[in-house]
Amino acid sequence: MIRIEVTRRPQPSRLLSAFSPLIALGLTIIAGSIMFMALGKNPVAALYSYFVEPLTEVWSLHELAIKAAPLILIAVGLSVCYRANVWNIGAEGQFTFGAIFGSALPVLLPGFQGPLVLPLMLLCGVVGGMAWAFIPAVLKVRFGTNEILTSLMLVYVAGLFLDWLVRGPWRSPEGFNFPETIRFHEDAVLPAIWFASGRAHWGFVFAIVAAVAVWFLLERTLKGFEIRMMGQSPRAARFAGFSSGKVVFFALLLSGGLAGLAGISEVSGAIGQLRPVISPGYGFAAIIVAFLGRLNPLGIIAAGLVLALSYLGGEAAQISLGISDKAARVFQGLLLFFVLASDTLIHYRVRLMRTVKAGGGDA
Amino acid sequence: MLLQTRKLTKVFGTLTACDAIDFSIRSGEIHALLGENGAGKSTLVKMLFGSLQPTSGQIVWQNSPVTVASPAAARKLGLGMVFQHFSLFDALTAAENITLALDERAPVADIGEKARALSVQYGLPVDPNAVVGDLSVGERQRIEIVRCLLQDPSLIILDEPTSVLTPQEADRLFETLFRLRDEGRSILYISHRLDEVRRICDAATILRHGKVVGHCQPDRETPGTLARMMVGDTVAQITRAPHAATGETPAILVSRLSQPPVGPFSTALHDVSLTVQRGEVVGIAGVAGNGQGELFDALSGEQRQSLADTVQLSGKPAGLLGVSARRRLGAAFVPEERLGHGAAPQMTLTENLLLSRHATDGSAFIRKGGVIARDMIGRAAARISAAMDVRKGAEDPPAAALSGGNLQKFLIGRELDRQPAVLIVNQPTWGVDAGAAARIRQALIDLARNGSGVLVISQDLDELFEISDRIAVIHDGALSAAMPVAEATAERIGLLMAGAAAAPGNAGVAA
Amino acid sequence: MLEAILLTIATAATPLLLAAIGELVAERSGVLNLGVEGMMIMGAVAAFAVAYTTGNPWLGALAGALAGVSFSLLFGLLTLTLATNQVASGLALTILGLGASGMLGESFVGLPGVKLEAVSIPVLSDLPLVGRLLFGQDPFFYLSILLGIGVWWFLFRSRAGLELRSVGANHASAHALGLKVIRVRYLAVMFGGLCAGLAGAQLTLVYTPQWVENMSAGRGWIALALVVFASWRPGRIVVGAYLFGAVSIGQLHAQALGIGLPSQLLSALPYLATIAVLVLISRDRRATLMNTPASLGQPFVPDR
Repeated sequence: MIRIEVTRRPQPSRLLSAFSPLIALGLTIIAGSIMFMALGKNPVAALYSYFVEPLTEVWSLHELAIKAAPLILIAVGLSVCYRANVWNIGAEGQFTFGAIFGSALPVLLPGFQGPLVLPLMLLCGVVGGMAWAFIPAVLKVRFGTNEILTSLMLVYVAGLFLDWLVRGPWRSPEGFNFPETIRFHEDAVLPAIWFASGRAHWGFVFAIVAAVAVWFLLERTLKGFEIRMMGQSPRAARFAGFSSGKVVFFALLLSGGLAGLAGISEVSGAIGQLRPVISPGYGFAAIIVAFLGRLNPLGIIAAGLVLALSYLGGEAAQISLGISDKAARVFQGLLLFFVLASDTLIHYRVRLMRTVKAGGGDA
Repeated sequence: MLLQTRKLTKVFGTLTACDAIDFSIRSGEIHALLGENGAGKSTLVKMLFGSLQPTSGQIVWQNSPVTVASPAAARKLGLGMVFQHFSLFDALTAAENITLALDERAPVADIGEKARALSVQYGLPVDPNAVVGDLSVGERQRIEIVRCLLQDPSLIILDEPTSVLTPQEADRLFETLFRLRDEGRSILYISHRLDEVRRICDAATILRHGKVVGHCQPDRETPGTLARMMVGDTVAQITRAPHAATGETPAILVSRLSQPPVGPFSTALHDVSLTVQRGEVVGIAGVAGNGQGELFDALSGEQRQSLADTVQLSGKPAGLLGVSARRRLGAAFVPEERLGHGAAPQMTLTENLLLSRHATDGSAFIRKGGVIARDMIGRAAARISAAMDVRKGAEDPPAAALSGGNLQKFLIGRELDRQPAVLIVNQPTWGVDAGAAARIRQALIDLARNGSGVLVISQDLDELFEISDRIAVIHDGALSAAMPVAEATAERIGLLMAGAAAAPGNAGVAA
Repeated sequence: MLEAILLTIATAATPLLLAAIGELVAERSGVLNLGVEGMMIMGAVAAFAVAYTTGNPWLGALAGALAGVSFSLLFGLLTLTLATNQVASGLALTILGLGASGMLGESFVGLPGVKLEAVSIPVLSDLPLVGRLLFGQDPFFYLSILLGIGVWWFLFRSRAGLELRSVGANHASAHALGLKVIRVRYLAVMFGGLCAGLAGAQLTLVYTPQWVENMSAGRGWIALALVVFASWRPGRIVVGAYLFGAVSIGQLHAQALGIGLPSQLLSALPYLATIAVLVLISRDRRATLMNTPASLGQPFVPDR
């Protein structure tokens, strides 16, 4: 019998805290190869089309930025929540509500045009995401209701609400009964960063700016100190004079706002109208991004690109090798597993032990 | 010989917690295990009881070598253990708690009845159906002892049993111990209270830094010689100049503070009134769990009051203020729990400095836009470490990496560095080695003599007698009047600790 | 009509009850497994695939149970052996489960499933009024009720149950007494996986015998909410599961009747009801604190 034994390190290992995401990526690639072999595909070819092919052409680099933008924006907000020990897992719903609020302007008032439209839309998107995140925040602070469950339930509600809007009151009259709104007019479309080369829009810039700003907030300011302490040691944070309720509101509203911004940027920049489904699960994939980036906003930029690559790679592999696009989600799930397991190495020494006597199974 | 250890050693990483320990216990003796915090006493005991496996060496039980693989194996051999911490389940009943520690498979109700019978026989009343979280510390200890006795052990290990008892309760415990000895059982008695050890123990083994430094017969030693063996050095004597009472506004004035219980197992405060003048140290004695933590939280502002005048600090109403606002009135606080309350364990010392100082020293430590001035804080942390002689392995380690004594010196120094007008501290030297404890106590007295008001909540009566000018006693959330230390005797304080004033005629037995 | 409605309510309540009772045991031992949704959907796809391939729904149920257990072992490896954050690991389990089930089930979409038929208990099922309701149901129904009672007995009447509760109440004390904290938790987590896998199997073998991606539709999360609602007491889990069963069946009937409300709003009712119930139950914070297993969600690494 071989068993795994962990013992706490006296101090977290710096070396491993830098390398654990890479270890996790390596393990995921190994596990992925095994999966592809089980599917009867050549693992080298599959990995190539997943992780290299999308990087070889300019247009697909643009697609990478388009996919990475919402992931990074959402994950940066989530990192604030998770550092504060506030478990917002409803970013998908906040994303949806941001998209709905922001779209109200071009859908309901298509006659209102001009340079003011886009900033107002983005602002509405932020407000929409915040509003949806406000519900779990107020329930947690006021009644002590578990935010994990409430924020998640609100994802389903938001999805159904969007479904109702695009099939009901907001359905395009010229849409041949398709469940979709009218297409946004030109002033309501988030422009591309660099027209000449491809369609990556300003959402990616928002994401980078948000990541840097939130990194500074967390690491260098008193507010960030308050958030980190509340997450690590709530009793000590109260002794420091910080209010847990304020931190919950701050974290949830910030992450809701960023998810909302991601939502409206996606709809305005990449889709151009509202549809029943506007996200391939960005809100959940961003949870993986947040952990792969070790809850550090700068790390999250890199992690967001990796996850975006897995989406693109999934499409590429489907086209070139006929591998189900669902495999990308398996990849993402495996990645989060290995990220969490590798993080153990930072705080604990892990050893494989040969048990001398059978039956001593307690680790 | 009932029990012997041969070169028993335990290594954790780079730390040798127990280094080739040799000692032995005879049948029918009370054997003391003496040593400071961190000397290796609890590691040794955990190895004897099977909770930890030795790195090397041998345990010999009734003259044959044994491996104690688990606590269950220890119980089978005939070892019983009364823990100081971490062994009862608050959410379960006494009978369920007892059942869990027994290896026989009998219904909980039957075991409860057996426990009740046995508890009466030894004069340790226990109600098997009570939920443990609702019981006093003394009652919990009785449950632990009864639980241990139900297994008919030949060796009973007691870890600091009197630290949670009033002096009178301790006397009754000693009678029970003598009775157990007369039945032929042995007792391994772990303590750092020297007078107690001299009074009841037949033999003693002294540990220092994980090594045995001596064996002795305690009644032939003086507290001074025992202390020297334990500490390895003479501990600095505390000096206390007489204080001149000042007639100005009191540093702390608490009037009629009442508060319902906050959590499921916490104590209500009843009509607490208290004055601490500038220049004096006032001590609050009491058995653990009688509202000390709740009183501390109420004074620090972690729990606010409903009337502003209930708590006044330096003459200003503070009842409605939170902890930061109370600090701005000149008050400073050091809670009992160092890791997780006074300090965030994984944060560095400089960050932990900011923890209690960001509100009062905002102009120095925080720049425009809420940006932390790390260089300024780093300098302040270095200043505190030097002033309090904080020993640390790195420049700015996480709080959890420091030993208990060094962290406590830092946390007290963090507040003293501000020259606070009011200092409120709960258990200032709990789990701290003798040298650090002396330094901390002297610092508290010096702060008072420089004109501040100091309130010390402690379960260590010797400490309170050493540093206080006046002593009050907390029992079941009610506070007695403070008496000058010259009028306070251990007996008088002990009766109050048992609730004599609050419930006359029911002394000693908390219901 | 009423009997038919009550029967469908029981069918809707059974997966919730199964998953929640399993999670209750895990949480009583101190482990918060947010991966119920993932284990459930894996159970659903495994049950469908095996039942479809072999034509035997009983083998399908077994496969569902095994899928749930193996997924829970993955969670145990992370949180118990490697002491990772339980919340994050549970999310990982759910994300992985939803992804893997989508991939595995791709070839089964749109195929007719194999239904596990009701088993009528002779004589008793002919009783008036309650006969069919209580004794003419599918095997999952009986199992869920038996598990509800069995878990109550186990937790509060057996020695092993007392040990499990003590591990959840304070793992450090339990370890000091010599209880095998990690082993107890592994067993509890595996029981949770077994129940969640069976709950998934019920979805594809009884509730709607077909495979649709993401067909658990948040039931795993509702089961988690039920455990909180029930304050970790098995009796109240049964009540809660049937309340939720009634809400989801009620909204389906309301949609069918076309009462003028948008169908999406009615579909949102179970989720809104979950939020409402959570708010109601958490208002009394002191009672919640009393009932919550004190070590819930805390990783345990013993000294050595």
